[in-house]
Amino acid sequence: MGANTVTVTDQSFAEDVLKSDKLVLVDFWATWCGPCRMVAPVLEEIAAEHAERITVAKLDIDKNPAAARDYGVLSIPTMILFQGGQPVKQIVGAKPKAALLNDLADFL
Amino acid sequence: MSEAEFLHERCEVADNIRDVIIVGSGPAGYTAAIYAARAQLEPLVFEGSQFGGALMTTTDVENFPGFRDGIMGPDLMEQMRGQASRFGAELRAEDVEVIDLKSDVKTVTVNGQQYSSRAVILAMGAAPRYLHVPGEQRLLGHGVSSCATCDGFFFRDQDIAVIGGGDSAMEEATFLTRFARSVTIIHRREEFRASKIMLTRAQTNEKIRFMTNRVIDEVLGDSTVTGVQLTNTVSGQHEELPVTGVFVAIGHEPRSELVRDQVAVDDHGYVQTLLPSTATSVDGVFAAGDLVDRNYRQAVTAAGTGCAAAIDAERWLADLAHEEAERLAPAATGS
Repeated sequence: MGANTVTVTDQSFAEDVLKSDKLVLVDFWATWCGPCRMVAPVLEEIAAEHAERITVAKLDIDKNPAAARDYGVLSIPTMILFQGGQPVKQIVGAKPKAALLNDLADFL
Repeated sequence: MSEAEFLHERCEVADNIRDVIIVGSGPAGYTAAIYAARAQLEPLVFEGSQFGGALMTTTDVENFPGFRDGIMGPDLMEQMRGQASRFGAELRAEDVEVIDLKSDVKTVTVNGQQYSSRAVILAMGAAPRYLHVPGEQRLLGHGVSSCATCDGFFFRDQDIAVIGGGDSAMEEATFLTRFARSVTIIHRREEFRASKIMLTRAQTNEKIRFMTNRVIDEVLGDSTVTGVQLTNTVSGQHEELPVTGVFVAIGHEPRSELVRDQVAVDDHGYVQTLLPSTATSVDGVFAAGDLVDRNYRQAVTAAGTGCAAAIDAERWLADLAHEEAERLAPAATGS
């Protein structure tokens, strides 16, 4: 993965996402999905710039179908923001950095 | 890629997640498949390894509307199956092992492989309870029947037996007296489970005789039923009763084992629906046919509810898509 994001799996989800003290933005992606690759560098930047407030975690849905199913991910990229173990925001589709930051503004 | 193109680009996760999976392959399942396929929902239908439902074990079907001269049960099911296939339903003669309806995306497991969908139509039907004695399965459709309404007509002026001690047996026996010369109700105990009113109705019917404390050992006959072999459970004696029809009326078991703990069912395991809709207690899950209906249990009523389930599912999916579009729409004005 990138330098600023972490990899999360079905097995580590509870520990890494649900039990985290920080905000966690989970990026549901797949290797075959172009828009996911487009948004990847944007997420790296956001992760670097807001490291103390938010963790950006990447979840490959081909390897981790359970989490994708549990959160009803029907198209990717889907980014779900978790706070205190709960999903508090869902963003679907690739977006430019400014739009993403706008979506996350209430939380960051 | 420009920012405008970048915006909202996404990939559908499947290919994988279908609109609807149908479980069951009787008139309810196939009719649901026909309607769902014609609505472009590309339904995936798990028929079970023994596909076709209850009509596969009957011969002449004379009461399904549209067939003036009747049609053989298996032929009718073949027609329905072909019709579903023609419009694009994907049919798999495989048994479902697990059904999971707990999330928004439901899954059905077949041969260890998971299939996902947004909506599910349950149409697994109800299995008639059988005696499991020699001759019974062999002569099914050739004198042995599990449905008086369906087959009674073919036993005009004959001596027939009805096996059972509950309301089903009383009702079937009483119904059969319209056609038969004599009806003998055979029950393994002395007391009947049937309600007083049904029992009295049968007891006061001139054509009905009772043989209690008898168990069936075997159904006799080569190509058609000629009699039943019985054992008297009190005396231990063996007897033979000459009859040309045997109606097994010991009840039906709805095939709801896979979903009983996930959708609302009644005391007998029949899946409950929000009449007149086919919606179950779980959002996006619909049920049709004998899995729901213990009152009528006819091919045409099953087909009717199968159609309704497909229409209900189609409308539900359309609402879902509309909601998703509304959820994403505000973002379209962003940035």
